[in-house]
Amino acid sequence: MTSKPATSPFARGDITNFAVLMTLAFLVIPLTIPNGYWYSSILIPWLCLALAAIGQQIVMGYAGQLALGAAGFMAAGAFACFNIELRIPWMPFGGSLILSGLIAAAFGVLFGLPSLRVRGIYLMVATLASQFFIIWMIDKFGWFKNYDTSGIITAQDIVIFGYAFTAPLQMYLVVLVVVTLLTILAINMTRGSVGRNWMAVRDMDIAAESMGISLLRTKLQAFAISAFYCGVAGALFAFTYLKSLEPVAFDIKLSFQILFMVILGGLGTISGAFIGAAFILLFPVVLNTVGNVWFHGMVDATVISAVEQVVFGALIILFLIYEPLGMAKLWENIRARMRSRSVPKAEVPRQQAS
Amino acid sequence: MMQARNFPIGAPVLEVKNISLRFGGVKAITDTSFTVYKHEIRAIIGPNGAGKSSLLNCINGIYKPQEGKIAFKGRVLDQISPNIVARQGISRTFQNLALFKRMSVIDNILVGRKLHMSANFMEVAFQLPKARAEEKANRARCEEIVEFLEITDIRDTPVGKLPYGLQKKVELGRALATEADVLLLDEPMAGMNVEEKREMCRFILKVNDELGTTVVLIEHDMGVVMDISDAVVVLDYGKVIADGPPDTVRSNQDVIDAYLGVAHD
Repeated sequence: MTSKPATSPFARGDITNFAVLMTLAFLVIPLTIPNGYWYSSILIPWLCLALAAIGQQIVMGYAGQLALGAAGFMAAGAFACFNIELRIPWMPFGGSLILSGLIAAAFGVLFGLPSLRVRGIYLMVATLASQFFIIWMIDKFGWFKNYDTSGIITAQDIVIFGYAFTAPLQMYLVVLVVVTLLTILAINMTRGSVGRNWMAVRDMDIAAESMGISLLRTKLQAFAISAFYCGVAGALFAFTYLKSLEPVAFDIKLSFQILFMVILGGLGTISGAFIGAAFILLFPVVLNTVGNVWFHGMVDATVISAVEQVVFGALIILFLIYEPLGMAKLWENIRARMRSRSVPKAEVPRQQAS
Repeated sequence: MMQARNFPIGAPVLEVKNISLRFGGVKAITDTSFTVYKHEIRAIIGPNGAGKSSLLNCINGIYKPQEGKIAFKGRVLDQISPNIVARQGISRTFQNLALFKRMSVIDNILVGRKLHMSANFMEVAFQLPKARAEEKANRARCEEIVEFLEITDIRDTPVGKLPYGLQKKVELGRALATEADVLLLDEPMAGMNVEEKREMCRFILKVNDELGTTVVLIEHDMGVVMDISDAVVVLDYGKVIADGPPDTVRSNQDVIDAYLGVAHD
């Protein structure tokens, strides 16, 4: 099967897929789901975490830099957004989000510096510094929390053009718009020259350098853009899902969850970030429901959460061994198989009839 | 074998002057000098461990020689790193294949166009006209290379899945895509059968003839080297033992002793 030369990295099928997804997200879901629970407990956190997973995907899946500390950058973004909203009242919410992302990106460059010297598991340990340093900094200096002593700060309302977005559906739409825009930008980057440079550094850095790619610039660029995505995701996560700001919410556990989303979803794919986030987020919900409905509460909640951990661990090991490219690749394989199976099926009856 | 060349051999383009390279106590290259002239095909030959690849790595900026200078187009390359050297107009292939394994053939070759693409990440992210136009133009250029190398049918295959001979071709394609003035080819025909070697020779000659690219190649196969190169440098134990046209080198007694081993039987 040879394809025709492409003048751009985008295929016609992409536009149809995009149109279907957009109709679903902007029309079908808001019109069919009246229940606030679905928005505030599932769709909003899913989109926020998927955005953070895209950030992790850029630095790890595309640029091949094993970084761990996405939640640190999310915290930086969340508290940056809180302070900007607090101290610059005239700043529109969109502006606050962008600035929060940029502040997180600055941290990304700073904590990406070790990538110029160390790689692999050592880099992972070095980047953990971001996780601990940012959380420590927020806790240590009261200014970041506006000298609040209660420990939990309520996030400000999201006001856009004088209209407050407070209902679950409204917040969902805000998150959806931001995530859609940033996802499109990420797809454009990863399919264009920027993404090729990242992947070249990932696959064979010495050859990439010999083609004129500066490792310094490319790696730091990936770290900065990754942290930008995490920062914006953190701000949205705090303002629309948690509705409060507490450093504890961005602990190392969240960093690991984002890492697992990328591994399970599929390294080096944007769709993998969404699939992985959905899986990590929905799996405990499904398991709980199963526990309650099938066993009528006979199974202890602690047992269920233990089962959850066991299954997660096993899945990660299985994926790393059998399908390192994750669920996105698995889905692609299934689709390819269905397509190849459906072709002969359509031909067989015709032959029998003749 | 080459009558009436489109690009006659010209002025010196790459001058290696008294290069010495040591790894601890091991002397990889000792006081080596030679000159590559514009538009020529220059071969570097020598027994295993003679320092051929190290020499190429010095030119390319991967290794930094302790002594000596490398001048390119009359300018000394100092504080060299591979990406600076690439910007000067030197591209290369590697002895043990250094392709981007998970990327498709066309994407690998597109990476070679890196220095011809200047849109920054914002222009790419927002798909501004500049990014679109350069993507289109460079893709078209890469299609030409893919066609030139006769690998159109595997254009979209990830290179990791290709057989060795094809990977070598893709790597040549990536180096060609840079449109560098000088191509450094580290054993472009290693591990190939006779037919593949002949094909590779055809491509190298064609590149040299049609684009005027200066080629510096390391090769083991003496027959191939003598057929296609204009001049040959012979290294042994990190030293130049002969330098000149293939026929002169072939009859040089030192070369016969060191490399061909004819003298001992």
